Amino acid sequence: MATPLVVSQLAKSFTMHLRDGIRLPVVAGVSFSIRAGECAVLGGPSGAGKSSILKMLYGNYSADEGQIIVDHGGRLVDLAKASPRAILQIRRDTIGYVSQFLRTVPRVSALDVVAEPLVARGETRAAAQDRARELLGRLNLPEKLWALPPATFSGGEQQRVNIARGFITPHPVLLLDEPTASLDAKNREVVIELIADKKAAGVALLGIFHDADVREAVADRIIDVTEFAAGKIAA
Amino acid sequence: MTDEPLLRVNSLSKFYGSRVGCENISFDLWPGEVLAVVGESGSGKTTLLNCLSTRLMPTSGAVSYRMRDGVFRDLYRMSEAERRFLMRTDWGFVHQNPADGLRMTVSAGANVGERLMAVGDRHYGNIRATAVDWLSRVEIAEDRIDDEPRAFSGGMRQRLQIARNLVTGPRLVFMDEPTGGLDVSVQARLLDLLRGLVTDLGLAAIVVTHDLAVARLLSQRMMVMKDGHVVETGLTDRVLDDPRAPYTQLLVSSILQV
Repeated sequence: MATPLVVSQLAKSFTMHLRDGIRLPVVAGVSFSIRAGECAVLGGPSGAGKSSILKMLYGNYSADEGQIIVDHGGRLVDLAKASPRAILQIRRDTIGYVSQFLRTVPRVSALDVVAEPLVARGETRAAAQDRARELLGRLNLPEKLWALPPATFSGGEQQRVNIARGFITPHPVLLLDEPTASLDAKNREVVIELIADKKAAGVALLGIFHDADVREAVADRIIDVTEFAAGKIAA
Repeated sequence: MTDEPLLRVNSLSKFYGSRVGCENISFDLWPGEVLAVVGESGSGKTTLLNCLSTRLMPTSGAVSYRMRDGVFRDLYRMSEAERRFLMRTDWGFVHQNPADGLRMTVSAGANVGERLMAVGDRHYGNIRATAVDWLSRVEIAEDRIDDEPRAFSGGMRQRLQIARNLVTGPRLVFMDEPTGGLDVSVQARLLDLLRGLVTDLGLAAIVVTHDLAVARLLSQRMMVMKDGHVVETGLTDRVLDDPRAPYTQLLVSSILQV
């Protein structure tokens, strides 16, 4: 089986056209790979480019240079050069992403927000909702909230809806952008268990965790992002 | 999932005399895909929409559509009657002003039923039952079926226009500022409804809007237009979160945070 995710020589900068075209280099020469069943953690101070790397791997940011090779159903695809349509398919089937914040949609219940990625993969709504209930229960989200749209939930409650939505599918690659930032100790433990389950299922995980306890509990390896500081390689 | 697009647009241009309406636009649209076309007033987005939906004759370029039999047909080589049939059956067009897409002096039920009759449905009971079903799907109570849209609020009229368009099970829907001119609370309801319908029915849609939030919520792909040209195109979230063209950066940075 191919390595699920191989990143090589990835570079990213922002050009701010409204600020006289000033160019802000973010990272360069980003190279690493993630094996199945492993959880790697991006380390480094704020502003080092951890989130930018994660966003490039999900296709949310474009990459200036380099390759992101993904094993997409047995086919190796370079996500850095893939068409929008190909990226959408990779997101549906291969790469999952848990963002820091939930983007709420008016009038859609928490249960359906969580079930949606499974429905998109062709699961029946009833089966997807069963699985969503199971996950929301495990994450201790009060049952009376399940039928409500999450817009009015607290930060921690929204975060748990977001985690359930990200963990519900059997994506072989899962990207985690500070999934435990606004959770209490009990629920952080649940997320650590969920990550362990994913590892046991052979999922390749890459995450950002500012919480040292969680990082220690889940990380098999730290990737130091300061090595990819943009100035360093370009010289 | 099919590997062929539903609509192919090749170097489409429209000039009004020497003035550019839109110039050299090319893209493919796949089944189930929602494309948002954004840009300010006068950027050519409505001209483009009208050229794609055969409401306006382009100056040059080609638009071909994959018919239900799987064969691509060049829209501008079809007869007028064929184009009209396509418009009435396999396509929908949702106008910004519902009065442009509805018949204001016949009942809500007849507005929906008329499209069904256009595809050959003749059984009154079936037509009425389907109309009731569609009104409920767009959240219009059954007891309003005999009212004229003149008696409806702006939001209800827009929902009725959507029901009228979707009743024939189209594969492609064009929308011109579908939430323009509505209150924000009404907008949210309409957007949610549209989003649900598009997903459930697997519709392909081209949505013209100046509202980036609408584009974010409804579309997977986005095209940014300025002065008749496409300045940036790509995944909706990428264009909004990592805009590259100067004009897109201006557009994104101009959104007011609430």
